[in-house]
Amino acid sequence: MSQEITKVTAPLPFTRKDVAEHALDFGKSWEYAPSPEATDHFKIEPRYELFIGGKWRTPKSGKYFATTSPSTEEKLADIAEGNAEDVDLAVKAARHAYERVWSKMRPAERAKYIFRIARAIQEKSRELAIVESMDGGKPIKESRDVDLPLAAAHFFYHAGWADKLDYAFHGRRARPLGVAGQIIPWNFPLLMAAWKIAPALACGNTVVLKPAETTPLTALLLAKIFEEAELPPGVVNIVTGAGETGAALVNHPDVDKIAFTGSTEVGKRIQRALAGTKKRLTLELGGKAANVIFADAPLDQAIEGIVQGIFFNQGHVCCAGSRLLVEESIHEPLVRKLRDRMATLRLGDPLDKNTDIGAINSKMQLEKIAALVDSGEKDGAERFSAPCAIPSKGYWFAPTFFTGVAQSSRIAREEIFGPVLSVLTFRTPDEAVEKANNTMYGLSAGIWSDKGAKIFWMAQRLKAGVVWGNTYNKFDPGSPFGGYKESGFGREGGRQGLSAYVELDG
Amino acid sequence: MKKKTDTQGSDVDVETTVNLSDLDSFETRTMARREEATGERLRVAKAYKMYVGGAFVRSESGRYLQVKAGDEKGADPGVVNVPRGSRKDARDAVLVAKSALDGWSARTAYNRGQILYRLAEVMESRHQELVTSLVRGGQSEAEASGEVDAAIDRAIFYAGFCDKYQSLLASSNPVSGPHFGFSVPEPMGVVAVIAPESPALLGLVSTVLPVIATGNTVIALASEKDPRTAIVFCECLATSDLPGGVANVLTGRATEMAPHLAKHREVIGIDAWTGDTALREALEREGADNVKRVKTHAVPAAPFWLDDRRGQGIGWLERFLETKSVWHPVGV
Repeated sequence: MSQEITKVTAPLPFTRKDVAEHALDFGKSWEYAPSPEATDHFKIEPRYELFIGGKWRTPKSGKYFATTSPSTEEKLADIAEGNAEDVDLAVKAARHAYERVWSKMRPAERAKYIFRIARAIQEKSRELAIVESMDGGKPIKESRDVDLPLAAAHFFYHAGWADKLDYAFHGRRARPLGVAGQIIPWNFPLLMAAWKIAPALACGNTVVLKPAETTPLTALLLAKIFEEAELPPGVVNIVTGAGETGAALVNHPDVDKIAFTGSTEVGKRIQRALAGTKKRLTLELGGKAANVIFADAPLDQAIEGIVQGIFFNQGHVCCAGSRLLVEESIHEPLVRKLRDRMATLRLGDPLDKNTDIGAINSKMQLEKIAALVDSGEKDGAERFSAPCAIPSKGYWFAPTFFTGVAQSSRIAREEIFGPVLSVLTFRTPDEAVEKANNTMYGLSAGIWSDKGAKIFWMAQRLKAGVVWGNTYNKFDPGSPFGGYKESGFGREGGRQGLSAYVELDG
Repeated sequence: MKKKTDTQGSDVDVETTVNLSDLDSFETRTMARREEATGERLRVAKAYKMYVGGAFVRSESGRYLQVKAGDEKGADPGVVNVPRGSRKDARDAVLVAKSALDGWSARTAYNRGQILYRLAEVMESRHQELVTSLVRGGQSEAEASGEVDAAIDRAIFYAGFCDKYQSLLASSNPVSGPHFGFSVPEPMGVVAVIAPESPALLGLVSTVLPVIATGNTVIALASEKDPRTAIVFCECLATSDLPGGVANVLTGRATEMAPHLAKHREVIGIDAWTGDTALREALEREGADNVKRVKTHAVPAAPFWLDDRRGQGIGWLERFLETKSVWHPVGV
């Protein structure tokens, strides 16, 4: 299977040498032998039910939908489609577990359950990484080295908070909220489940989680881990489905809190839906991050940071550095180096250990990216796409950047959520601040300079929840993550992230 | 048997004849005990050694202390020999702890937490062995089991604290002027711990773990009353991924070794739990030589150690942390 999809339909349009003028051309000997992960040591079930009250239940509707691999377009499994009745059952199970078991359990014992989950994720991390790459299309080296270790670390980190909440809020007493409804996106399926579930459980809440419809598999494997860890039934319930399932969860009267990660558009709809209810809400939404490169930046490192910032996970990253702001004096050499570097990126089979760029998560997303790229070309921006072979099956988009982008252009304002970078220039630090903040979003930003004082100066002025200096896309459970402005509110991770799941007196 | 006067002039008993029936009864007694204990075979007794630099070692002095087994059902004979650590053993342990310091304090907080969690896993798997050891030290089965439970949960508590105290103790400092200022906790260095006589396991675990959780390294003096349980605990340390030299445990007399640790210039802190007021005062005085952070305590009773609000907490971590304030200019 994995061999097949790396086949190309047409010869390369150009060689590496055509793109990277100073690159050595090794001809065919430049190619790597395929190095796909084996998938024969575990089995994906043909069908997955809903995980409610510690049991696997068939959906009330009797309906199932297919989850497919975006790199092969093959069906991986049938997934239960939960409706309002299923959601109601899940909320009831969560309420029951909250009142009878989870909120009454000694916090130190709660911690031990969460530690168990963290351990099981570590133990099963290879299998989980492979399934993540099959279901979502991300390169195995990312799911193996980023998603999985971080998912385990989030459970591990929050386990430790469970019995230390008295320390976390400066003497204010923290009480759990009750039942948390959590809706997560398809870009980091298991990691987002961990970001949501771990703090909720640590603070004593119970959970109903709805995974994204294109990537439900790892959340269901996580449910299996909950089962094996003997987590009390109903503490976490997983209801799969699409938008309607999510809406049923948001609108359920007995949910105390909604946590949502996804698009700003849906986030706003949820915020409206909760108006007039007592439900608490945290939102982690879109972004259009500025990655600011000063002339005194270490250029080669910056190039790595730019590539990492926009092409990590095919650009399906809410904090992706999708607007490159370059000091005018280095625009030309930087663009040249970026082209050279992009010519080495390997696009293809997500399960191949050498793959840098995997598949676009869905056909719908591919169409959205293509439409925005078209609009960029129509706006007169100059496009460069890396010269990589596109497999015949599956959804793919070559790493791309635009130069000569106007601030008013759609590709400079809208979140593309794909491997597409818009390059803009600036002349002074003040202008860089102005341009960086000229967006409705405010999730993250990057600053590249050898002058520490300049980085801190810039960091103070950027309206963004996370600012990376001379690095990009760094995540840690101990570091709060979340946005300013229309990138949402609330933080995930760190001491601050706990606030999303507790009621405080005083 | 008759009386004889020895060289110091006191009377001693001297055997003059061998009574074969005495030997028979000895044989019978031993056999009976063995059969009762194991059913069929003589168990192999364990040599108890100190734990230094990740290895189990005897005292360089060759001296030993004898500890009586309170219960004859275990594998060991009625009496076991435990190393009686010397001044040189203490100094060797300081060197080892010092050389382990850079590596341990450079580990990520997350990694230290993982290792302490692994320690808790290993302790849980040796639960019964730890209970047996405490029972042989004179405790009831129920008390011992409760102590081991609490010790394991304490390891879990500190495993989860390794990557959290920073966000509770650090600060962003709102200094007047164009500077970004922050203060962060850092480990002090090599710390000596004089563990309480009792509880032998929970006292050692409660005093050592908060010190190493933050990146310090430790030389601990085990309970004199029940050093064997400390050594069983060291076997947990040795199989828990904790790098050698991070936690070193010596057995012997605190009165003999502790003052040397207090004098040692590579030791930056002492946490002494002892009822010996003269020793406490001596440690406080000797420690002044290199401005040591000397914390001395009388030994509280068991309920203190079992109490989650007193026997553990952030204060235990803070005692052996320094605060470092960093200033960085802000401007273009």
